[in-house]
Amino acid sequence: MSTVYHRGGWVIAMSFTVALMLTMLPLPDWAAYLRPEWATMVLIYWCMALPERVGVGIGWVVGLFLDVIHGAVLGQYALSLALIAYFTLNLHQRMRIYPLLQQSLIVLVLVLMQQLLITWIRGFLGQSPDSLAYWLPSLTSMLLWAWVFIVLRDLRRHFRVS
Amino acid sequence: MTLDHRQHALQGIRATLSVVVYPLQYLVNMPFAVGDWASETLREHRTLLEENRTLRTRQLEAQVSLLKLASLERENVRLRSLLQSSSRRWERVLIAELISVDFDPFKRQILLNKGSQDGILEGHPLIDSAGVMGQVIHVSPLSSTAMLITDPSHAIPIQVNRNGLRAIALGTGEPASLDIPHIPNNADIQEGDLLVTSGLGQRFPAGYPVAEITRVERNPAEPFATITATPLAHLDRAQEVLLVWPEKTEVEE
Repeated sequence: MSTVYHRGGWVIAMSFTVALMLTMLPLPDWAAYLRPEWATMVLIYWCMALPERVGVGIGWVVGLFLDVIHGAVLGQYALSLALIAYFTLNLHQRMRIYPLLQQSLIVLVLVLMQQLLITWIRGFLGQSPDSLAYWLPSLTSMLLWAWVFIVLRDLRRHFRVS
Repeated sequence: MTLDHRQHALQGIRATLSVVVYPLQYLVNMPFAVGDWASETLREHRTLLEENRTLRTRQLEAQVSLLKLASLERENVRLRSLLQSSSRRWERVLIAELISVDFDPFKRQILLNKGSQDGILEGHPLIDSAGVMGQVIHVSPLSSTAMLITDPSHAIPIQVNRNGLRAIALGTGEPASLDIPHIPNNADIQEGDLLVTSGLGQRFPAGYPVAEITRVERNPAEPFATITATPLAHLDRAQEVLLVWPEKTEVEE
């Protein structure tokens, strides 16, 4: 057994930080409903690329931050991101060999799943959103996935994150 | 989640996490703050003079009405002492600035740059120059989150200023409309009525303007009228807000 050296942890941390900042960035009113789920996309990428480093635990922690950022009940994003991380870990070997288009379809399904879970929790709390615009972020996440993927892959190769 | 929702048992954790998130929020806000600062410093001399002049006239007007207010307040106190009811005193106020970060688009929440270090508590009412804006829901040491009166899970006890009819105004999630349910069809309420806080519920101080009725629809087939109101506060434009320390209301027997 050879010891595995992990390096470039700060790149992962920075990417999540930037994703959280993008989540908070003020957008004009018409675009507020279109905001993609940045943190979810970054989490899916790292779970796919480095499944031995990023997993359910990190997903849960990032989700907790998202809860605070969104002013939501503590735990709803944590639970959903932990679940997304779990699914991605299960799928990562297949996702890696898919072409980008097919990957973005899987991202669509994963983000939809996260949103579904969050509507359920909100429904229990009596705050379920009643407009179809709620589901738009999964579409924009799908459309932006290729771009996020390429940027993060180049970052990973450049800094040799492993 | 249940713990947080039902018992607010996780306030400490939330506050700690908020402190960690605050630098991020601050960073996101920075370009906007710099933009404001730049447009302020690069303003023309002439516009500044003009603004100064208008502000001065407005201050004079405000001063005159304040003169009247002082005598009115004295009279009010005297009348109240005649009636032997508790006199109302001015509340303490604190000015906080908004930090421009977005929340969930389906909620109406804002982030303020003052927190528990400045003495803010959960449930603090929030007003601006035109009316009631909302209340504080989460407090961390450096910042706090407030819910606006238009948030779908917010309700505020109000009364019609003209005749004292009491009601509750619910948020709708849309930026410029409040819903006033459970008003019978024959109630004396009409378009243009001013709604002020009633002070019931002991969260909002009484007598602050909240909204103006924009639409009253009486349908004989329904038990209640459909009433919509527009908030008076500049909910989506405000840069600074006032936090009011609620007065201690003594409930009379």
